[in-house]
Parts: sequence; C-alpha cells; structure tokens
Amino acid sequence: MAHVTLLYFASMREKLGREMEERVLPESARTVHDLIGWLVTQDADYASAFAEPAKLRCAIDQVLAPFDAPIAGAREIAFFPPVTGG
Amino acid sequence: MKSVRVQPEDFDPGGEMAALGALGSGGVASFVGHVRGDDNLIALTLEHYPKMTAKALDDLAEQALARWALDGVTLIHRIGRLVPGDRIVLVCTASRHRAAALEACAYLIDRLKTDAPFWKKEEFADGRTSWVEARQSDAAAAERWD
Repeated sequence: MAHVTLLYFASMREKLGREMEERVLPESARTVHDLIGWLVTQDADYASAFAEPAKLRCAIDQVLAPFDAPIAGAREIAFFPPVTGG
Repeated sequence: MKSVRVQPEDFDPGGEMAALGALGSGGVASFVGHVRGDDNLIALTLEHYPKMTAKALDDLAEQALARWALDGVTLIHRIGRLVPGDRIVLVCTASRHRAAALEACAYLIDRLKTDAPFWKKEEFADGRTSWVEARQSDAAAAERWD
C-alpha cells in the first residue's frame, strides 16, 4: 500500500472539482495506466474525466511520464491536458 | 548566465536584452510572445504546475546552454489573467555567434510550448470560456530539434 498525492490541472481540475487528493494505492497499481484503471472504478467523475486518455498527460514527481511508466516510489502524480504555454 | 522566472508581473524586454548585451558577447537574440486578440477574446488566464514549471524551464535553459555556445539565457513566463496585447513570454539568448543566439532562441520557444506545464483558458466577450487546445503544429515545431 503506497500513499501518493494526486494533482489535477486545467480542464482535469475542473472536471474532477478538485486540485489535489491523497490516495492509498492498491498493490495492483504498478503503472500510470493501472492507476487510471483503478481510479475510474472509484467514482463516475473519474470515469468521465479519464474517458479519453489520449488527450491526457501525466507527470510523476514533476517529470513527464508515459502511461506505461512504473509508479513504484512515486510521491506525486499529476494529470493534465497537453500543455499550451508560450 | 542563466535566469529563469515565472511571475504574474509584466517584464521589460529592453531591460532584459540590455542585461544580456552587457555580458559583452556581441550578439543577443530575443522572442517576445503577446496575447493575440482573436475572435472577441477579452482575456487569457494562464495556470501552471509550479513545482514542475521551475524544473522544466531550468532543464530547457540547461539544454540550450549545452547545445549552443551561449553566454546567457533569460526565460520569463507570466501567469495569471492577461488581456490582448499583454506580454506573456520572453526568451533571450546571448552568444558571440548570431546563428547560435538565433537558433537557441527558436529552440527555447518551440520547446517551451510543448515541455513546460502551462495552460491557457480563454474568456470571450459573450461570456463563454474555453481551455486552449494543444496544436499539432507546435508539436511538430518542437520535434524538429530532436
């Protein structure tokens, strides 16, 4: 069981109505993809917010990470749409 | 010299360029991005992921310093609510060689658009708001430096 801080930005924050939460992840959540698969079973809001993973990006401990990246040891995992700065 | 800043306040492009010019390299290149007043846009609000932004912008500056013979790099990105015409971003590079200064400047603004965690929300005159979507042309511009 691992404690992790989940952060949401921009449209993800609005869809979920929260910018951060602490979660205890199940042992089965080994990658970002597994984490999403678990979150969407927790609440209908997650199912809708994560409905199009291709339009989402993820950062593990402030570094962009692909969805097959392992999350073991992660302290902070952020989800957000593709960035639009500059 | 490396200076990376994220701030709500405006910045002075002339002052920033003069500071790099004073290094004595001989060449300073710059890019300033402003809010475009398209389609009855009345404002943009820029949100970011503070812990990651600092790291992402610093990494970009370091990559430019490693790739080109630069004496100085300045990156400034604003956050918060901005109106059409307001300055959003500044990239400034100093080098003995104009090609290095110009290329590094182009690299930094192209990569900043795809690698730094900023998001823009638009407000229109009719009260509508929408998040700006990432453009494929920006991804292509960033990839040309791979």
